[in-house]
Amino acid sequence: MSENEKRIVLEAREVTRIFPASNNRQLVANDKVSLTLHAGETLGIVGESGCGKSTFVRMLAQLDKPTSGEIHIFGDDISGLKGSAKRKSRRHVQMVFQDPADSFSPKMKVKDILCEPLMNYGLIKPKEKQTIAEYLLSQVELPTDFADRYTHSMSGGQRQRIAIARALALEPEILICDEATSALDVSVQKSIVDLLLSIQKKKEIAIVLICHDVALTRSMAHTAAVMYLGNVVEVVPGKQLGHGMCHPYTEALRGAIFSIDMDFSKPIESIESETPSPLDVPQGCPFAGRCDKCMDVCRITKPFLREVEPGHQIACHLYNKTN
Amino acid sequence: MLNMNHVTVTYNDRPTLIDFDLHMKQGEIVSLVGESGSGKTTAIRALFGLLPHEGYVSDGDILFEGESLLSKSEDEMARLRGSRISMIFQDSGAMINPIRRIGAQFVEYIRKHEKISKKEAYRKGVAMLEAMRLPDGDNIMRSYGFQLSGGMRQRVGIAMAMTFRPDLLLADEPTSALDVTTQAQIVRQMMDLNKKTGTSIIIVTHNLGVAAYMSDRILVMQNGRIVEQGDREQILKHPQQEYTQKLLAAIPTMEGEAYV
Repeated sequence: MSENEKRIVLEAREVTRIFPASNNRQLVANDKVSLTLHAGETLGIVGESGCGKSTFVRMLAQLDKPTSGEIHIFGDDISGLKGSAKRKSRRHVQMVFQDPADSFSPKMKVKDILCEPLMNYGLIKPKEKQTIAEYLLSQVELPTDFADRYTHSMSGGQRQRIAIARALALEPEILICDEATSALDVSVQKSIVDLLLSIQKKKEIAIVLICHDVALTRSMAHTAAVMYLGNVVEVVPGKQLGHGMCHPYTEALRGAIFSIDMDFSKPIESIESETPSPLDVPQGCPFAGRCDKCMDVCRITKPFLREVEPGHQIACHLYNKTN
Repeated sequence: MLNMNHVTVTYNDRPTLIDFDLHMKQGEIVSLVGESGSGKTTAIRALFGLLPHEGYVSDGDILFEGESLLSKSEDEMARLRGSRISMIFQDSGAMINPIRRIGAQFVEYIRKHEKISKKEAYRKGVAMLEAMRLPDGDNIMRSYGFQLSGGMRQRVGIAMAMTFRPDLLLADEPTSALDVTTQAQIVRQMMDLNKKTGTSIIIVTHNLGVAAYMSDRILVMQNGRIVEQGDREQILKHPQQEYTQKLLAAIPTMEGEAYV
């Protein structure tokens, strides 16, 4: 089955989220974000702090509601759900957070943490906790005697494994990892990445991966989206992240990465200016003020995502000439 | 300039840094890399005289310009700190008092080490901020820490640390909390300072890319010991120790393998 024929599990259509700010201003955290996610695949979202990636996935997990736009999971719009319908649909999307220590109650034993989602939905009886917890621990390659321990006695990597086990308890179709490996050392990070990949293969889970590490995203994502100031500026097949990318912001991002196989004889490049505040995003292209290829049109009209080659979308006036 | 001779630091009877040996020349940039708990921060804290109460140097000696730092009194250390040896932290925002303006703190700091008027100190502060390519230094002096972005706060931290052109700058994960584009800016500025003023830098980082880009020498640490040291070429291309090889293999790279 080719990639295009894979079932779409999640589709965001022009999702916009506006937060009210002081002095009657508006903070546009997401501006018409449209992205799709296929079964068993990974969608990587990269971008710098404040670009709206966390806001976006919070809406996917229904922790927040879009101001406008629709989010479809298995074809059904979830953005307007309420009450028990909302509760039911939340089962399909589970989340793993950045800091494993902050996402657990320190007073709960591991087995209670792992079984809480199942108890919430009334899927298991208290008697079954021990067996289920042991099964979930084995899935994330942890010893089963962890079930009776507390999370504070564990290392960061072990805690993140427990966070993953808890997210998997409800057998979701979509797993959201919000900087799930950023707080970990590289060797631990690698083991968590390996675990996520093997779970994805086994269960055909779709993963939304938020990550500021472009290299890591490239190694994991089938599709990668680059966000800047609430806008998706480029969408590429994961493999192309790094080579086949052309948006000026993506290039700036890539030029600023320190890597162990970079060319050390060249000075590091980066844009000198600061990211503008999302409270006053410039009219026209959001990147116009910092872009060295900025044209007159960029300051007036905002470019929209358009496909330049199969699977590769870009929002930049430089690539409009062909049309 | 700096000699750390077989320094061992003990916390509650447990050695955290073992037999740490580092000799530096003026103008050199050395980076300490390794995973959490490998003793990198302990090493520079010992040097800066800022070990927590339960920690102390149990063996070895630290010589700065030929003088032992360990035998100095608290007053002498305080005079040295901030003028000849400076430090920047992971989040300079945390060292800035949130209820006082940057300017007031900057002026106080300058006047602590130099007998000049408030006005002169203020002017010196503005000049330092502008040297760090912070636009409108006057405006920043009048701001509170939380009004600045992470990258700007970090630059304020570096500006303060560099005010007296220290001989040695200690940087503890100075870019870890920053975005990649801001990280590149900060790294470039630290290297500019090194070139212009000849300040030696010890940088603690877990980002081997940053370490390799900046430093003349890389020290790889594990469990409180230096497991390997060498220049960029040696560490990245010809690592001898198994630990270094494992560390390098775990770093995702743009050229490396893709799993999907």
